[in-house]
Amino acid sequence: EDLRVDGRGCEDYRCAEVETAVVSNTSGSARVKLGHTDILVGVKAEMGMPKLEKPDEGYLEFFVDCSANATPEFEGRGGEELGTEIANTLYRVFSSESSVDLKSLCINPREHCWVLYVDVLLLECGGNLFDAISLAVKAALFNTRIPKVRVLEDEEGSKEIELSDDPYDCIRLNVDDVPCIVTLSKIGYRHVVDATLQEEACSLASLLVSVTSKGTLTSVKKVGKGSLDPESIFEMMETGKRVGKSLHVALQKTLDEEESLGTSRQKVGFLG
Amino acid sequence: LDSVLLLSSMNLPGGELRRRSAEDELAMRDYLQEGDLISAEVQSVFSDGAVSLHTRSLKYGKLGQGVLVQVSPSLVKRQKTHFHDLPCGASVILGNNGFIWIYPTPEQKDEEAGGFTTNLEPVPLSDREVISRLRNCIVALVTQQLMLFDTSILYCYEASLPHQIKDILKPEVMEEIVLETRQRLLDLEG
Repeated sequence: EDLRVDGRGCEDYRCAEVETAVVSNTSGSARVKLGHTDILVGVKAEMGMPKLEKPDEGYLEFFVDCSANATPEFEGRGGEELGTEIANTLYRVFSSESSVDLKSLCINPREHCWVLYVDVLLLECGGNLFDAISLAVKAALFNTRIPKVRVLEDEEGSKEIELSDDPYDCIRLNVDDVPCIVTLSKIGYRHVVDATLQEEACSLASLLVSVTSKGTLTSVKKVGKGSLDPESIFEMMETGKRVGKSLHVALQKTLDEEESLGTSRQKVGFLG
Repeated sequence: LDSVLLLSSMNLPGGELRRRSAEDELAMRDYLQEGDLISAEVQSVFSDGAVSLHTRSLKYGKLGQGVLVQVSPSLVKRQKTHFHDLPCGASVILGNNGFIWIYPTPEQKDEEAGGFTTNLEPVPLSDREVISRLRNCIVALVTQQLMLFDTSILYCYEASLPHQIKDILKPEVMEEIVLETRQRLLDLEG
């Protein structure tokens, strides 16, 4: 009957807080608080060699760190398994050609390109990690400012790279097609979006779908030891598309609002 | 810091008073298993900090369908009775350890069962809405650091009625509701 323990419907998200530019020495950063789940993402742009099979594109590298503060299970090396699983999921989600315009990250074909190192830090684990992480990654990429470089050619033909002096002269990424992950957990005969820790404990299987703002699915992954009926998978994908689209709209609106506040915005950061 | 619930401190099914035998020990697993939630009273505290529990009265025992909210124990007011039947249609157990159990008020008191049979019938939607609302109200009171007792929970419930259940957890709505509750409680004292 569409009523969960905290009064939400099956397709309602918890109250989320998004803040960008929280870490000053990164190219872009964002912090997302979804209920009790707290995620911090930092993006650093560095110059590197392009991959051999894609000489005229840059690339993204993901690294996920499960802080020991998140839950007691992450003490020591406990969080590594979850961290690699999340990183692999992120690689898969972003593996589609259209998500990020990698050609814009190229400086010199075959020689130099921008590599975006995306570091995800799990500060608190309150259920529904993947959704919060994907929201934070999208917000951080939106916030990323990559300095403009010019390639100068000498008479001998050797190339020099010149970094622009003006710190505000930079290129921003187009995040319109960056997908967001929607996790649908199956509980009993129905499925719910944005499960809390308690709901996750009751759910035997979940489906992770990554949806772009236009509603196209870029990847689907099933987690959990239970089984999913093919019909319910289809239903869950439809729900995922619907919810994903509204999620993108809400996130974009918040990011634009935050952007429009400009420098007068009061930063809440970590101590506010 | 463990707590012990001895077999002799429990009520047997059927409420009989007899010596507990070895068969009772073996049959216990049919009734209580790891992971079940029970309500019990502290009989005594040992010198090393361990606690001895008992479920001697028929109001204690295994808990059936309901919602658990875990709060800080300092926010639960120490009162004579911990079991409250709220007029809004649900009952609540305010444990001093911070575990709050919200459940639908049972129709008749099945005294013979003594808390042994769990009612697994589906709970009607109206009851579930009341329970969800109470759960959100308790979370709101806890976030705003207000003491939890039957009157404060009830006032908070009444203050939250104009809002939708899921909106209670929004920060602005939470502050508004708790402010109103605080006001009513002050009026009650003054």
